[in-house]
Amino acid sequence: MTAAREDIPIAADEDVVRVRQIVRSFAQRAKLSLVDQTKLVTATSELARNTLTYGGGGAAVVELLGEGRRQGVRASFQDSGPGIPDTALALTDGWTSGRGMGLGLSGARRLVDEFDLDTEVGRGTTVTVVKWSR
Amino acid sequence: MTIDTGRSDNLADLLRTNTAALTARWVEVAAATLRGRLTTAELERELAELYNALLAGVDSGSRDVAAEPYAELRALLTDMSRRRARTGFSPSETAVTVYALKQAVFELIDNDAVEGGLREVVAFSRLLDAFGLQTFESYAKAREEVIDEQAEQLLELTTPVVKLWDGVLAVPLVGTLDSARTQVVMEKLLEALVTTGAAHAIIDITGVLAVDTQVAQHLLKTVMAARLMGAECTISGIRPHIAQTIVALGIEFGDITTKSSLADALRHALRRSGVEFTAAERRR
Amino acid sequence: MSAVERIPILKIGDVLLASIQVDLQDRDVLALQEDLAEKITATGAHGVVLDISAVDIVDSFIGRMFATIAATSRLFDAHTVVVGMRPAVAITLVELGLTLGEVRTALDLEKGLAILAELGERAPR
Repeated sequence: MTAAREDIPIAADEDVVRVRQIVRSFAQRAKLSLVDQTKLVTATSELARNTLTYGGGGAAVVELLGEGRRQGVRASFQDSGPGIPDTALALTDGWTSGRGMGLGLSGARRLVDEFDLDTEVGRGTTVTVVKWSR
Repeated sequence: MTIDTGRSDNLADLLRTNTAALTARWVEVAAATLRGRLTTAELERELAELYNALLAGVDSGSRDVAAEPYAELRALLTDMSRRRARTGFSPSETAVTVYALKQAVFELIDNDAVEGGLREVVAFSRLLDAFGLQTFESYAKAREEVIDEQAEQLLELTTPVVKLWDGVLAVPLVGTLDSARTQVVMEKLLEALVTTGAAHAIIDITGVLAVDTQVAQHLLKTVMAARLMGAECTISGIRPHIAQTIVALGIEFGDITTKSSLADALRHALRRSGVEFTAAERRR
Repeated sequence: MSAVERIPILKIGDVLLASIQVDLQDRDVLALQEDLAEKITATGAHGVVLDISAVDIVDSFIGRMFATIAATSRLFDAHTVVVGMRPAVAITLVELGLTLGEVRTALDLEKGLAILAELGERAPR
């Protein structure tokens, strides 16, 4: 049995790629459809990049979830960066404070089943997403 | 053969000493309700197994269906119930098979009164009632699985992607579109674009009775996804009342090509791929 | 730190072809943008084909690369076509809300080259 949880430090570019690969393998284990795998991997790629770019690095936790007949994957991204002063604004399409197209947070939210944003200015940000098998 | 367990367990003794007679009568009563859909040999095998498991449970002294001594019997009943659910028996028919043993035992008691009397009878009756109910539950679960599978198969069946012309694919949609089905259609159509290399696709919704916001959004997304892949997607056969719904819902169809009929959509697709209609056009 | 992965750029006639076969890091993406810009000026190519048939995810960063490459190549009078996008990737991009701007797309390399040839004819140089 492979572990049902994996911790990935996010400190450099290549860690974003590692997050994508690990999330992909978890999504396959949870038997997500190809489209749902792609959506989840894309969402986590956006979030991992946010952690690196805006949070100044941090860590990701990827977990396998089981609930009755369906399975899912939960990924959370934590940083101790500056935090997000206006979450409503950050979740608006087209808003960006750095590189990217301003679709990071709002786009990621549309790609997953559950989305939770926990942020405090000066303390950091944690974003948690869940995708369930259909 | 009677084994003295040192306990006074009338019910266990009764079941053990009368094994042959009771199973035979059980098979007889149960067979009557199954109207020959199982052979007697099959039924004998099935019930003999159940009987032995029941005897083992009763022998332990426990009368609690959820207790460990009855684990094997519960497993056997679940199995039987699932098997029967899949072969089309009704849940009552399955439960009656279990209850048939009651009749067999009560008849025996009539003939040959048991010591200890009523209390044992009531306990045994309650035991079998509970097992009968368990078959109901297993049955319902098994049927649910069958329904799920069929729903999935239906989804596959009702969304054929057909080739209309070289480089032109179509999906005629019929019936009620829900969000799940629309998503399946979307994925199948896009996959087909890749495998066939067709640069035109038509989604025909002439046979669709109603669309809601979600479904309309899915259709739009399909068209946009096809475009991202480098193919053109037309929606044809939008009925007047569906068009009204779309407008009322405030859904923007934007620059997406819509045609009133599949024929118009095909003509459009062919024109776009450079096919000319000479004879047909002149006659009009 | 691993080295920057350089995507090979092939030249076919006056078209440049970059086929992305690996999971791209952000700096690989930036390197490809630079390499393509240099190669377009060096060769005077009139078209760029980005083959992403082996790419299993496109996020907003990679998506922006397509748009940037297209915009840059327009400055050198070249068109860009992205070919071979997988259905799951396309569905995800639509959901993400990403549009590719003036990037043209085609189902496969052959159709991509045909689009470039047509665009080249329309605007003879």
